[in-house]
Amino acid sequence: MHRRQLLQAAAAAGLAWTAVGRNAFAASATQAGQRLPGNQRLIVVFLRGAVDGLSVVVPYSEGAYYQQRSSIALARPGQDGGVLDLDGHFGLNPNLAPLMPLWQAKRLAFVQASGSPDPTRSHFDAQDYMESATPGRKNTPDGWLNRLLGAEPPVVLQASAGARAGVTRGISVGATLPRIWAGPNPVANIANGARATKPTLLDRPQVSKAFDSLYSGDDAMSRAYRESQQSRAEVNEAMTPAAMAQEQRVANGGAPLPNGFPDDAARLAQLMRRDPNVQIAFLALGGWDTHVNQGGAKGQLANRLQPLGQGLAELATRLGPTFDDTTILVISEFGRTVRQNGTGGTDHGHGNVMWALGGNVAGGKVHGRWPGIDTSSLYEGRDLAVTTDFRQVLAGVCAYNLGLSDRQLASVFPGFEGAPLNIAG
Amino acid sequence: MTLPAFPMLTRRSALAAAAATLAWRPALAAPAADAGQADALHALNRLAFGPAPGDLERVTRLGVHDWVAEQMQPQRLALPAFLSRQLASLRTPHESQRELVQGYREMLKEAKEAKQAESASPDGKKPRTEEGAERRRQVASVALEAGEARLLQALHSPRQLEEVLVDFWFNHFNVYQGKGLDRVLVESYEREAIRPNVFGRFRTMLGATARHPAMLFYLDNWLSVAPGYQPPRRFAGGGGVAKASGLNENYAREVMELHTLGVDGGYTQRDVTELARILTGWTMRPQRGGRRRFQDDASDSGDSVFGFDPARHDNGSKTWLGHTVAPGGQAEGEFALDVLARHPATARHIAFKLARRFVADEPPRALVERLSRRFLDSDGDLRAVMQALVDSPEFRDPTPVKFKTPYQYVLSSVRATGIATTNVRPLMAQLAQLGQPLYGCQTPDGWHDTEADWLNPNAITQRVNFATALASGRLPLQRVDDPQEPARAQGLKAMERQADKALARDQPVEGATPPVDAGALLATLGPAISDKTRAAVAAAPPALRAALVLGSPDFMRR
Repeated sequence: MHRRQLLQAAAAAGLAWTAVGRNAFAASATQAGQRLPGNQRLIVVFLRGAVDGLSVVVPYSEGAYYQQRSSIALARPGQDGGVLDLDGHFGLNPNLAPLMPLWQAKRLAFVQASGSPDPTRSHFDAQDYMESATPGRKNTPDGWLNRLLGAEPPVVLQASAGARAGVTRGISVGATLPRIWAGPNPVANIANGARATKPTLLDRPQVSKAFDSLYSGDDAMSRAYRESQQSRAEVNEAMTPAAMAQEQRVANGGAPLPNGFPDDAARLAQLMRRDPNVQIAFLALGGWDTHVNQGGAKGQLANRLQPLGQGLAELATRLGPTFDDTTILVISEFGRTVRQNGTGGTDHGHGNVMWALGGNVAGGKVHGRWPGIDTSSLYEGRDLAVTTDFRQVLAGVCAYNLGLSDRQLASVFPGFEGAPLNIAG
Repeated sequence: MTLPAFPMLTRRSALAAAAATLAWRPALAAPAADAGQADALHALNRLAFGPAPGDLERVTRLGVHDWVAEQMQPQRLALPAFLSRQLASLRTPHESQRELVQGYREMLKEAKEAKQAESASPDGKKPRTEEGAERRRQVASVALEAGEARLLQALHSPRQLEEVLVDFWFNHFNVYQGKGLDRVLVESYEREAIRPNVFGRFRTMLGATARHPAMLFYLDNWLSVAPGYQPPRRFAGGGGVAKASGLNENYAREVMELHTLGVDGGYTQRDVTELARILTGWTMRPQRGGRRRFQDDASDSGDSVFGFDPARHDNGSKTWLGHTVAPGGQAEGEFALDVLARHPATARHIAFKLARRFVADEPPRALVERLSRRFLDSDGDLRAVMQALVDSPEFRDPTPVKFKTPYQYVLSSVRATGIATTNVRPLMAQLAQLGQPLYGCQTPDGWHDTEADWLNPNAITQRVNFATALASGRLPLQRVDDPQEPARAQGLKAMERQADKALARDQPVEGATPPVDAGALLATLGPAISDKTRAAVAAAPPALRAALVLGSPDFMRR
């Protein structure tokens, strides 16, 4: 169902659009909705541990940046190890060079100085808030991706070519299901690495038949068991050994990807391309809590950014034509101190940068209002201020890229009354 | 450091030992539904890693009260010879902090030299030295032995409550084995800072973790110095070389947020920074030179590498949590830990975590209140707090409401089979696959402890696969010594690959244990397995029956 149809259906059902702010937004969303191709996908990549956003999208034209970061600042464009110029003001960390083609093709955007209205500098609270999308409220039972899966009427589900009607699959990569997926709607998770597609004992009919009888109830464990078996069947169908081998030959000239994120990203892309029902996906990667020896163009942070950049580029490439209908969001719980600390690193800060990649992202642009990093502009005298609520970005992607109605938005982002930010292109 | 020498336990003797364990199992019997057995099962599920063969009868006979009393005084319970022998064969538990740190630093030095030699050589390639390779093997072996020591004890020690509490408190004061120097230090950390204190005073454990190099390194306090401090020279560290010239607030934040007050404990960013200033100078002594200025701390044994360096300490006065802290060197930090250890917010935080671990995901408020009061009244006496917990009516409810963590699931499975495990590496690989690698929690908050954290689709089918492999004798849980490759330091990745194969293969594997007998298993677990599951087990092909028991929904809970 297209957005306009949704609005018409809502109107027909007698639903009143009450909030003034929403009315204003609804009008603009309708325009965006006309461009929606219909079968949209969303991939969220969570960088746990608070990535230093000022080292990702670097305000290289500001003297304050170099004053505050005497040993970890990245050089200006054109210099040795210098940033890659984005817009004359900001530059991209050179370790993310694989993403530059996407920037140039206007398929990569950033929202600088975005973050939480909640002041916490606790990783764990801040991640919790970003995953529940209810900053300051800890007792929210569910995560926003799960609420998105359950939005009524279903948003990202279209009877597109090859998709089984009625089945929207959320896939999480990793051995556990994080908070962002908490909630009543079923989500499957697949193991990291090649294990996701390796045969197991439970693939044997005799074994699965015996266990099926134990997990036939309506309890949480039985549901989880069946969800896993079902998604495994789908994954096996989409990713036969022959298909995998073919992918491998085509991509990278057969060179294997390094373990970790690039490998997982490539596998997820293959799965999403081959299984149209997988429409919402999540991956997380840690190791961003750089309190010591963060480094600049080389060093610890650089060593984390390299596989991230490579993996995101793989994801975009291997999604193939599906990339046009996909939005990839890269988020992290908060930014880090503007001033480097006493040990060549950065401590917990506030504002950060959010990244968006995709076929209908208004790329080639650093969105958001830049508050500056002069001492007088800093949040609590030490951190980048937040000028865009992270929910403006999440809700904006849901509204303008995925085509959610106001009513659906309200159910995914309860209590949020800000204006969704339009970064759809 | 030298390589550990494992006892020459041959396959045959290991099998004999396993057979001996199996021999005294009671015959298959229908579960007695009496309350005594249900209470015994409950105690074993919550205060131990589940029943091993014979445990249910023993605890029922002894009574839960007396069994708990035994568990509260672990030093009175002798370790079985089978376990002592295996622990004695490990090298790392006999190494001092200083030896471990030194060994690691030498490996880094050799690696650096090898790299320099490599780039200096004409073809850009110079083979790594034999000594360097040897040192790397030793470091890998130390890392592995930490897990072996932990799992062997958790499986086979009669001091089960101590093992459960070691897991709880290590996790509370988590350090990550994957970070530099901590590769070689987690075993020492657990042995010196955690294990001796799980029935002791919270303040003692807090101080021991604060001073241990594993924590100093993990949360960076060893580098945090007074602003403007000029280091005498570069100081070499596990993660490379850092020039410290000011504060690092990592530890100061987490010690309040995670170890003591809790995130809602009422501190501010200012308190974090002030505590970081208070704790400047809490560091590791350098290997040589510059030692004179370090102040000796009588509370640490001779081989401790902790040192307080007055030169790095911020000597200004601080305002922290409403206290004015006058300049006082190391005593400032000790004062701060005193305040934190006795703070009501700390008592609540610890009480909540214990109640969540031992009683319910959302523990009753009254219980948390009671434990919190006991914590404060007893000045953080952890044995007294545990006793209050076990004595509480909330604890005694025998409903198995807790979903096992991967650690609890894997351990309770192996314990229930009675297999005399001599090779725990396949279990380490399983833990990694289930999302809970041993010593592998990267973040300082440790593993979380609720059903929502661990119940997911992949988890259930992974557990079922593990149960099937274990029950059908596909896991090489018996050590097979290869004289060609003594104590090969096998990486976790290799172990995981092996485990993947174990989950798919049909052919017998060297070191595998015999298939598990379903009747014996059901007798061991008694009322843990419901009639519904028993009926499904009885209807299944014999080869799958034990797998169904261990992979059943009943066995996922405790």
